Amino acid sequence: MHFQINGQHHEADPDIRTTLLDLLREHLGLTGSKKGCDHGQCGACTVLVNGRRINSCLALAVMHQDDEITTIEGLGTPDELHPLQAAFVRHDGYQCGYCTPGQICSAKGMMDEVEKGWPSYVTAELDETGELTRDEVSERMSGNICRCAAYPNIVDAIQEVWEARA
Amino acid sequence: MKSFAFAQADTPETAVAEGVAAGRFIAGGTNLIDLMKLQVETPAKLVDISRLDLSDIEESEDGGLLIGALVPNSDLAADPRVRERYPVLSRALLAGASGQLRNKATTGGNLLQRTRCYYFYDVDARCNKRVPGSGCDGREGFNRILAVLGTSEACIATHPSDMAVAMRALDAVVVTLGHDGDRRRIPLSDFYRLPGDTPHLETVLRPGELITHVALPAPPAGRSTYRKVRDRASYAFALVSVAATVAIEDGRISAAQLAFGGLGSQPWRDPAVEAALVGHAPGDAAFNAAADALLAEAKGFGHNDFKIPLARRTLIAVLRELTETEA
Ligand SMILES: Cc1cc2nc3c(=O)[nH]c(=O)nc-3n(C[C@H](O)[C@H](O)[C@H](O)COP(=O)(O)OP(=O)(O)OC[C@H]3O[C@@H](n4cnc5c(N)ncnc54)[C@H](O)[C@@H]3O)c2cc1C
Repeated sequence: MHFQINGQHHEADPDIRTTLLDLLREHLGLTGSKKGCDHGQCGACTVLVNGRRINSCLALAVMHQDDEITTIEGLGTPDELHPLQAAFVRHDGYQCGYCTPGQICSAKGMMDEVEKGWPSYVTAELDETGELTRDEVSERMSGNICRCAAYPNIVDAIQEVWEARA
Repeated sequence: MKSFAFAQADTPETAVAEGVAAGRFIAGGTNLIDLMKLQVETPAKLVDISRLDLSDIEESEDGGLLIGALVPNSDLAADPRVRERYPVLSRALLAGASGQLRNKATTGGNLLQRTRCYYFYDVDARCNKRVPGSGCDGREGFNRILAVLGTSEACIATHPSDMAVAMRALDAVVVTLGHDGDRRRIPLSDFYRLPGDTPHLETVLRPGELITHVALPAPPAGRSTYRKVRDRASYAFALVSVAATVAIEDGRISAAQLAFGGLGSQPWRDPAVEAALVGHAPGDAAFNAAADALLAEAKGFGHNDFKIPLARRTLIAVLRELTETEA
C-alpha cells in the first residue's frame, strides 16, 4: 500500500485490518497520534485527511491510500512550533499531554470549519457563524476528551490563535 | 478483528454486484469498524463504496433535495440549502457525535448505524439482534438507555440516530439500487422494521441493495426545531429527542410533523400525535393530548421508566417553544 503523509510518500504492507492509526504508529513510526479508546470516543487519534479532522482509529488504512494525511508531526517541529502548539505551551493546555496531539490536530481542523462558516450545535442562528466564543470552542472540540481536564486552558489557547490569525 | 476480503467499488453497479456476493458495504466506517473490532460484526468481505460518485446534494423538481448517500454528515449540516430550508435536519446532525465523526460519517451509513445497546456490544451477553435466538439480557439488565416504544419480547434496543429522526419528520425517502439494476424509492416510514421475533432484520433492504440517495420532499411550512436530551451537553446519544415542525394559521395548528429519538426501536413517528394537534389551538390541553397519544403504549423496563415522563416534558417544551405559548 502507498500513502501520502505530511507531504512525504510512504510504502507499507500492513494486514488488511490495519487502521490508519495503527499504520501511523506501528508501521511508520509516527507515534504522535495517540491511541486512547480505539473506538472514536476520545479523539486522541485525531488526524487531518485532506484537511478534515477525523478519528484515525475508525479508519482503515487501505481506504486512505489516495488521501493527503497530516499528523501532529506534520504541523510543526520542535524548532518551529505551529501557532497552536506554541499557544498550548503558553497556556498550559495540557497536563499529562496524552490527548494533546489529537487536541491540536482537531483544533486546526475545527478552525478551518469555522472559517468555512460551518455552524455548530450551539450556534444560535444557523446562517450567522464566525464568532468563536468559549461555548463554541467547547461544543466544537467536544470530540476530544482531556482526562486531566485542562479544558479552560485549551479553550484559552485556541481562542488566542483564532484571534491572532491573519 | 476477523480478517476479510476487500474490494473497492468504482460504480454503484459494481458495488451492488460485490454486495450481493456476501459483501458488506463500508462508507465512513465509523460504525462498522467499531463493531468489527469487537467482533460484533464479522463480515467476510468489505466493499469500499467511499469513492463512489454519490457526494452531491442536488435540487429536485418537486422543490426538495436529493442527497447523495456519501454526503458526510458535516457537509449536509452545513449546506446552505439545508440550513435555510430544513433547519431541523441541520440541527439534528449537529447534535450528533463529534466534529471528527461527522466529517467521516455518511448519510447512508448514518441511517444504517446499529443500536448502542450495551448487550448488543458485549459479545459475552445474550442478544437476539447479534445472535438470533440467543435471548435478551437487556430486558432484565441495565436498560436505562433502551426503548419504551415499539419493543418486542425479543428486543428492546433503540435506534441511535439523530439525523434519521429529523428525516423521519421530514418524510424523507430512501433511494436504492438493487440487484439487476432495480431502483426503489422507500419512504423512511417503511424503511425500518419493528423488531418482532427478528430483531436482527432492521430494514427492508435486500442483500446487496445500495442506498444511493435520500430524497427530501419540499420543506414543510412553519417553524421547526430539534431538541435533544442527553447525559452530557455534547457528544452523547439521545435519551429523548424531538424533531418537530409546526405551522399555525388563524390561531390554530394547521400542520405538524413530529418524530422522536431515544424512545423507539426505530426513529419514531406516530400519526396520532399529529392528529391530536392539527386543528387545535396551541396550548397545554392540545400538547398534553399529543403526549398522551405518543405514550399510550409506552412500556418501561425499570431503569428506563424515566424516559416516559421525560418524553412528555420534552415534547411539551418543544411545542410551547415553536408556538410561542406560555405554560
Ligand atoms: C463515539 C461515537 C458517538 C456517536 N454519537 C452519535 C450521536 O450522538 N448521534 C448519532 O446520530 N450518531 C452518533 N454516532 C454514530 C455515527 O453517526 C455513525 O457511526 C455514522 O453515521 C455511520 O456512518 P458511516 O458512513 O461511518 O457508516 P459505516 O460504518 O460505513 O456503515 C454503517 C452501516 O451502514 C451500511 N452502509 C453504509 N453506507 C451504505 C449505503 N450507501 N448503502 C447500503 N448500506 C450502507 C454498512 O454496510 C454498515 O452496515 C456516534 C458514533 C461514535 C463512534
